[in-house]
Amino acid sequence: MAQLTYREAVARGIAQEMARDEDVVLLGEDVAKAGGVFKATDGILERFGPRRALDTPISEQAILGSAMGAAMTGLKPIAEIMFGDFVAVCYDFIANEFGKTRYMTDGQVKCPLVVRMANGGGVAFGAQHSQSVENWCMQFPGLKVVAPSSPADVVGLLAAAVRDPDPVIFLEHKGLYGTRGEVPDGEIVDTLGTAKILRPGTDCTLIAVGMMVPRSLAAAEQLKADFGIDAEVIDLRSLMPLDTRTLLASVGRTHRVFTVEENPRVLGWGAEIVSIIADEAFFDLDGPPVRITAPHVPISTPPHLEALVIPSVERIVEAVRQSLAA
Amino acid sequence: MKGEEGSPDRANDDIGEVRRLEMYRMQVLIRLFEERVQGLYLENLITGTTHLMIGQEAVSAGTSAAMRDGDLMFCTYRGHGHVLARGAPADKVLGEIMGRDNGLMRGKAGSMHLTSVEHGVMGSFAVIGSHLVLACGAAWRARYKGQDDVTVCVYGDGASNIGAFHEALNLAALWKLPVVFLCENNLYQEYSRIAEMSAVEHPSADRAGSYGLERIVIDGNDADVVFRAVSAAIETARSGGGPAIIEAMTYRQSGHSRADPAKYRPAGELDLWKERDPLKLYKARLRELGIEDDRIAEVEAQSRDAVNEATEACKLAPLSSPDLIMSNLWADGSCAWRN
Ligand SMILES: Cc1ncc(C[n+]2csc(CCOP(=O)(O)OP(=O)(O)O)c2C)c(N)n1
Ligand SMILES: [Mg+2]
Repeated sequence: MAQLTYREAVARGIAQEMARDEDVVLLGEDVAKAGGVFKATDGILERFGPRRALDTPISEQAILGSAMGAAMTGLKPIAEIMFGDFVAVCYDFIANEFGKTRYMTDGQVKCPLVVRMANGGGVAFGAQHSQSVENWCMQFPGLKVVAPSSPADVVGLLAAAVRDPDPVIFLEHKGLYGTRGEVPDGEIVDTLGTAKILRPGTDCTLIAVGMMVPRSLAAAEQLKADFGIDAEVIDLRSLMPLDTRTLLASVGRTHRVFTVEENPRVLGWGAEIVSIIADEAFFDLDGPPVRITAPHVPISTPPHLEALVIPSVERIVEAVRQSLAA
Repeated sequence: MKGEEGSPDRANDDIGEVRRLEMYRMQVLIRLFEERVQGLYLENLITGTTHLMIGQEAVSAGTSAAMRDGDLMFCTYRGHGHVLARGAPADKVLGEIMGRDNGLMRGKAGSMHLTSVEHGVMGSFAVIGSHLVLACGAAWRARYKGQDDVTVCVYGDGASNIGAFHEALNLAALWKLPVVFLCENNLYQEYSRIAEMSAVEHPSADRAGSYGLERIVIDGNDADVVFRAVSAAIETARSGGGPAIIEAMTYRQSGHSRADPAKYRPAGELDLWKERDPLKLYKARLRELGIEDDRIAEVEAQSRDAVNEATEACKLAPLSSPDLIMSNLWADGSCAWRN
C-alpha cells in the first residue's frame, strides 16, 4: 500500500499500462517535457522516452484525430485534452467519429483509445476552465465515460480504459488532483461499468461522481451526526456503461434517491438516472427523486461565487434533510 | 514496368502499357459505375444521397495505381471511385450504396461511408476535414511500428479552408509523417466556386509553403500525371522524407449530390471541361501510343460487364438485415450500455 495523490495515481496508471503494452502511447499539450499542466503525467517522458510520450501543438483536432487514426490502425493512444472545456473545439471526434467508426463499418474498424481530460471546478478557474462535461460525452452511442473519485480508482479504471477495445473518455477531476488515498501495490485493473457503494445506509441513496463523491460522503457523515439520517453513498465511477443494477438495488433498500451533480441543471447525467428509476423502481420510492445540481448558469470565477454554484456539503445536507422531512 | 508478354511496350517509359490499360479500365469502370448509381437512384433503387465523381476518374485511377498493397487510404463521401480503384469489388460497393446485404458493410452505412479495410480503405468520411487528422494518426502508427506503408488522404478543395486541414498539415510536417494529402480541386465546394471562397487561388497548394512543403499543382484529368505525382510523393514518404500535399485540378461534371442540377455553372464551363474529359484524353493517349483498338475495347467491355454483373447481383441481394441496427457498437458486437 502506498499513499498517492490523485495526480500521482494518473501517472502511475499510465506508466503501468505503457510498461505492459508497447502499443500504448501518450500525447497531448505539454504532457511530456512539462509532465502536464496538472503534473498528472510527470515522469512518463523520462521513463518511456519521446517516441512514446509526445508533446503536441495546440491542435485539439489533431490530438484527437491522430489518436483515432493511430487507434484504427493498431496503437492504443492515451490522448489528453488539457481542460474538458476545450473538447468543444474538437467535438467532431466525440460526436461523430470515435463511437461511430466500428458501428458504421459493421465492425471492420476499431477505435481503442482513451481521452483523458481535466473535468469540473473547485479551483477558481472561471467559466471556460471549470465545466463538468460528462453529458457532453455520454450522450453519444459508442463512447464509454469514466470519472474516478479516488487515487486507487484512478489507477484501476485507467488501466481498464486502456485495455478496453472501445473508445473511453476518462474524466479526471481537477479539484481532486491534490487529494490523497491508499493505493494497493502491484498491478491494478478495475472493471468499467461498475458503481461502488462507498457508504452503506438505510434512509436514502446519494449518487455522485468525481468531486461530488467526497462531498456526498462528508454530507452523509453530517446527516448522520446532526439529523440521524443514514445515507447510502454510491460512487457511479462509470457513466457509460451504467451500473443500473447497483442503483436500482440501493433504491429498493432506501426508498429515497438523490443525485449529486456538479453540472448545470439541464440534461445532467442525473436526469437520465432519475428517469430510469422512475421507470423501473417507481413503486420502491417513498418520495420524489431529487437532483442536487449546479443552477443552470456558467461558473463564476472567485471562490466565494464558485462555491455558490457547485453543490457544497452544506447544500447536499440541506437538500436531503428538507426532502426527507417533507 | 514492362508490357505484357507478347506485346512490346511501345511507350517504353515508367508507366507502360499494362498499367495504362489498367488505369483506363478503372476510369471506365468508375464512369459507368457512377452513371449506373445515378440511374438506380432514378429507379428508386438507391435512396438518400450520393456524391458522384464523374469527370474526376483520373485522380482515382492514377492514385491507386501509385499505391501498394498495404498502403492506406482515407476518403470522403465522394469516394466511390477511390474505393473501386483500391480493388473493392463493384458488387460490394454498389450493394452498400443500395443498402443490400451484400454490401461492404452489409448495407449499413451507404454511399458516404464506404470502407474496406481489406483493400486499405480505412473509411469514407462525411464531416469535412476530420479525416485529414485521422490520416496523420495512421501514418504516425506506421512510423511508430516501423511499418513501411504510406497513408493517402483524399479531400476536396473546400476542405482546405477548415481548421483540421491546417492542424493536419502542421502535425504531419512537424512529425515528418508518411502521409500524402491529395486535394481534388474540382472548382466547387458544394454550390460555391472555390475561387470565391478562398483567399488564395490554389487553396491547398498555396498553403503548402506555410508548412515547409513543396507547392504542387497538377493536371488531375490526366491519370499519367496523377500517377507520377502521387508515386513520387509516396516514394518520398516511404523512405522517411515526410509528407506531401498535391492539388489535382479537375472538374466534377455531375452535380454536387444526386439532386443538384448545378445551375451555378457559368455558361460553357461544363462543355469546356468535357473537352478535357479524362476518359477521352486517356483513350487518345492509348491510341497515340499505338495500343490497338481491340485491346482498348476489351478493357471497356470488362468494365461494362463488371457494372452490369454488379447491378444484377445487387438487385437480387436481400435488403440489409434489421439486426444490423443493434449490433457492432462495441467490440463484443453488442450495443448494451447498462446492466
Ligand atoms: C464540417 C462540414 N461542413 C459542411 C459540410 C457540408 N458539405 C458537404 S460536401 C461540402 C462541399 C465540400 O467541398 P469540397 O471539399 O470541395 O469537396 P467536393 O464535394 O467538391 O468533393 C459541404 C460544404 C460537411 N459535410 N461538413
Ligand atoms: Mg470541391
